[in-house]
Amino acid sequence: MSGFSVTEPTPRSKRIAATLVTLYAVITMIPLLWIFITGFKSPADAIAYPPKVMFEPTLEGYVNLFTTRTRQTQEYLDANPPDTWYEEIVRQYDMTVVGPSKFGERFFNSVIIGFGSTFLSVFLGTLAAYAFSRFRIPFADDLLFFILSTRMMPPVAVAIPIFLMYRQLGLSDTHLGMILLYTGVNISLAVWLLKGFIDEIPREYEEAALIDGYTRFQAFYKVVLPQAATGIASTAIFCLIFAWNEYAFAVLLTSATAQTAPPFIPTIIGVGGLDWPAVAAGATLFLLPVMIFTILLRKHLLRGITFGAVRK
Amino acid sequence: MANPVDRVAQATPPTIARRVRGLSDRAIAWIFVAPTIFLLLAINIFPLIWTIKLSFTNFKANRIGREVKDVGLRNYERILTDSDIWLNMQATAHFLFWTICLQVLIGFTLAWLINRKFKGNDLWTTIIVLPMMLSPAVVGNFWKFLYQPQIGLFNYIVTFFTGAKASSFEMLGQVNLAPWSIVIVDTWMWTPFVMLICLAGLRSIPDYIYEAAEIDRASKIRQFFTITIPMVLPFLMLAVLFRGIENFKMFDLVVQLTGGGPGSTTELTSINLKREAFEKWRTGYASAYAIILFVTVFGLASIYVKALNKVKER
Repeated sequence: MSGFSVTEPTPRSKRIAATLVTLYAVITMIPLLWIFITGFKSPADAIAYPPKVMFEPTLEGYVNLFTTRTRQTQEYLDANPPDTWYEEIVRQYDMTVVGPSKFGERFFNSVIIGFGSTFLSVFLGTLAAYAFSRFRIPFADDLLFFILSTRMMPPVAVAIPIFLMYRQLGLSDTHLGMILLYTGVNISLAVWLLKGFIDEIPREYEEAALIDGYTRFQAFYKVVLPQAATGIASTAIFCLIFAWNEYAFAVLLTSATAQTAPPFIPTIIGVGGLDWPAVAAGATLFLLPVMIFTILLRKHLLRGITFGAVRK
Repeated sequence: MANPVDRVAQATPPTIARRVRGLSDRAIAWIFVAPTIFLLLAINIFPLIWTIKLSFTNFKANRIGREVKDVGLRNYERILTDSDIWLNMQATAHFLFWTICLQVLIGFTLAWLINRKFKGNDLWTTIIVLPMMLSPAVVGNFWKFLYQPQIGLFNYIVTFFTGAKASSFEMLGQVNLAPWSIVIVDTWMWTPFVMLICLAGLRSIPDYIYEAAEIDRASKIRQFFTITIPMVLPFLMLAVLFRGIENFKMFDLVVQLTGGGPGSTTELTSINLKREAFEKWRTGYASAYAIILFVTVFGLASIYVKALNKVKER
């Protein structure tokens, strides 16, 4: 401790602040924890009143999430004893597993579309950001306002012409169509964030490289890219999270082949009544990666969510 | 040196290498920017122009063969005189007003507390931030479960603290409660956003200002109102701008929670727009609606940004 400072809060005020913030954090976590534990409940436990905190955990929700099942006659069940652990769980309800559900497919679509559009946004975004940062390009100053204004249009409104355009081009309900759309939505953010990161790399580095006989392209590739790696990575995670979470375009423009997980998870309810444990299991698997990325990203969070307007 | 670029450089035939070497900065600038510009034109600008064009017609996307007639400003006229749409606007305004008020209040308070730099504040900040990074549709869908009367956790907790019967109220089913149910979830989800921006604002205030105030014997309360608040205000206003734009176009969370119901009490403009465009397939009409919404947000945001810049200049 470096002596007395008038701006340092008193220990008592720190204690009060810590208590209140912890309390808020705990309250904020309740819904998320509830999703997590509901995934391990049996359907009966999930809808018990009062809500159960203590219960016997089961993988029923996860089994129901990944499989389609059908009811069987007693003779059939007696003749075919269960041979796997998940079959055994399903047998409690006189059912057998007949195949995988669509969840795996939808989840995989989310992965392809998420990573595909992220790669494309970051690749094109880095090139454009470098050009915006280092060369004089007309209208570059209006870029931020342009980005903001493209975000003012409700996604449902954007979906109307995109829907018509994709129908003409045969891109409706395709992976490529969704990748291009998410890239188009993300790229302005990506360019803007990356421009901020590249602006921070001193020009002198490249100039030295150019004098050493590098071409402009080599200087970009060998000097700027490694310096911007952290910025590129955090931009990538932002693009990924956006594409991963996106719902409005996905629900309006995809129906089968390219449907992602967010429009799918809520429809699990329709199958065999209200299957909340399966919904919770799906939500858990879907939300967990983002939580992990958020924790990794915490230092760059502010910059990304405010389009670089607040840098910290 | 065996790094990839050198290898590529050596493997490239001399003629091509010379040509690439010869690229001017100007050419590189255009090669780098062109794909992005193209994509923005294709995904952002072109659809906008198309929407404007459609808004003057009676086009219906589900009937392709039908003759498309030019109806002039009829669509705009009908929307602006439709009393149902004004109800949707009111629902949106209610949602906007209360979410922003609550988020600013709670978000600022949290930031102000966290700025005390107590032990473990980083950990708690990260935990508090989690909800806003998650998929609103998936989370909204699960909140529907929490809101269930009788079995839902939310009703149980309210019962626990107030003694009201758990089955006596339905957050999503009652006309007077449903607008608040979406405000609660949005506040839960997005308060951390306001908090993060306020925190950045608080951390940008240099210590010496407070030290000077202390020497002048300004009270803590006075310091709060004459230093803290004015210095954080530009940040807070920025947070409000972002939340305002986002919540004006709110769709995923609310459509999953209430679907606009009961009746049309939580039918925000985006949800109404979806009904017109993708359920009734009145594409021309919906396009006009979309343009009206866009102009509204754009106009309000422009005025707001002007005000923000004035505050920043002070």
